[in-house]
Amino acid sequence: MAPPDVASVFRAEYGPAVATLVRLLGDITLAEEAVQDAFVLALERWTEGGVPPKPGGWIVTTARHRAIDRFRRESTRDERHAQAALLHARDEPQEVGAVRDDQLRLLFTCCHPALSSEAQIALTLRLLGGLETAQIARAFLVPELTMAQRLVRAKKKIRDAGIPYRIPTEAELPERLVPVLAVVYLVYTAGHTATSGENLIQAELCDEAVRLARVLAELMPDETEVLGLLALLLLLESRRPARTGPTGELVPLSEQDRRLWNHALIDEGQRRVRDLLRRGAPGPYQVQAAIQAVHADASRTGKTDWWQVLDLYDLLLSLHPTPVVALNRAMALAEVAGPQEALAVVDALTLEGYQPFHVVRADLLARQGRGTEAIAAYDRALRLTDNAVERAHLQRRRDAAT
Amino acid sequence: MKQYLLSVHYVEGQEPPAPEVMQEMYQAVSVFNADLQASGAWVFAGGLHTPDVSTVVRPRGGQVLVTDGPFAESKEQLGGVWVVKAEDLDAALELAKRAAIACQGPVEVRPFQDEPED
Repeated sequence: MAPPDVASVFRAEYGPAVATLVRLLGDITLAEEAVQDAFVLALERWTEGGVPPKPGGWIVTTARHRAIDRFRRESTRDERHAQAALLHARDEPQEVGAVRDDQLRLLFTCCHPALSSEAQIALTLRLLGGLETAQIARAFLVPELTMAQRLVRAKKKIRDAGIPYRIPTEAELPERLVPVLAVVYLVYTAGHTATSGENLIQAELCDEAVRLARVLAELMPDETEVLGLLALLLLLESRRPARTGPTGELVPLSEQDRRLWNHALIDEGQRRVRDLLRRGAPGPYQVQAAIQAVHADASRTGKTDWWQVLDLYDLLLSLHPTPVVALNRAMALAEVAGPQEALAVVDALTLEGYQPFHVVRADLLARQGRGTEAIAAYDRALRLTDNAVERAHLQRRRDAAT
Repeated sequence: MKQYLLSVHYVEGQEPPAPEVMQEMYQAVSVFNADLQASGAWVFAGGLHTPDVSTVVRPRGGQVLVTDGPFAESKEQLGGVWVVKAEDLDAALELAKRAAIACQGPVEVRPFQDEPED
């Protein structure tokens, strides 16, 4: 068992250290091995001597020395190149800016469009988040072996196809940011609304997504959608303490104890949304953040301004016209125009395999007193739900609809 | 520099493009080829005849068996290839984008195993 200090250094420093070592070594697997070696050594040294003043720098320097040792032992033609780069690298701790650039380069490599979305997410969590393969496998409901193979294949593709380790140019950035933001958002939603397992909230994934969004926002302070994503995650995160009740049951937004919301996160999220509104370049993440900012206002005013939510959904639908956005808009419409009008909109959508579609339908039917149809819709939703907490919640709603 | 195969694929049996579209494609491809040669990315390129004129040679216990082609019973067939030199996948993808637009069809990008010494 790692002493708590080493564990917290690991969380904070694993990703940046791997990112720097990838630059130095030019190979992801070698970089991971070197950083893991360094943490093994840290565990021995720090347990006796305490954590050094700059643990991140210590890990990078040690990892580099370990990599050099390895090369000397098993040097082959392919590794000459990397070895030369290593030996020429300077020994001083990296400047903060350089470390950030390393992380950004690695993130864009992990989220390269030539990799599948599944591989992008797995690589990002493994390399930048330092999550164990087993943890990632659990989060995405695949056997550990499958996840391990997915990671191996993805790293092989990066190496063999020659996916570069570089920050995209200004011109490429808009296109290349799309998968990066999607990965961070998917990591958050995987943590927030896990579709299986006993724990509704997989705090690690949520924490990691927020951390990544903060890193991105620091790295690209002029990209409004990056800032929008961060604001969105902060506002979603602000309600996490209220999202589950004392026995772990799911508490819907309308029934949450607003005193449990994290007001520091709400303040920061809303401040960021206001800043973005002033910039006047709305995008899907910014508008979703604005919607969450309106919901967060309810903690002060005691009620939600559904007209404003509906307006924002209209804007979101124009920016991002998908059936899922239309479904969410319909929930706001129900508050403004009533469940009957909203149900007409929902019934026109083609989302048969999407669990929330059936939950929304069931709710709108129940609100009109159409109990039998509501129960049928809850049953369909239950068939698409693995998460025990969410199942219990739907079961309660189903029982109440009779 | 790595080398990449850019292969053009089409679905067999699909209506061939109109002659003027074909002409447009040939022109776009030859402009692209000239650019590849000028920039030094060019290794080789060529269009293929349709798979109904292909022949397959298979090893059979020390002998070979020659049969009418094509090799794969697939609707998707290879129409032509480029072999290009590129710094990395991003550079190869930039070329592939131009190739796909020029020949108006999907282009697959695959790296060669060995990097030439240059």
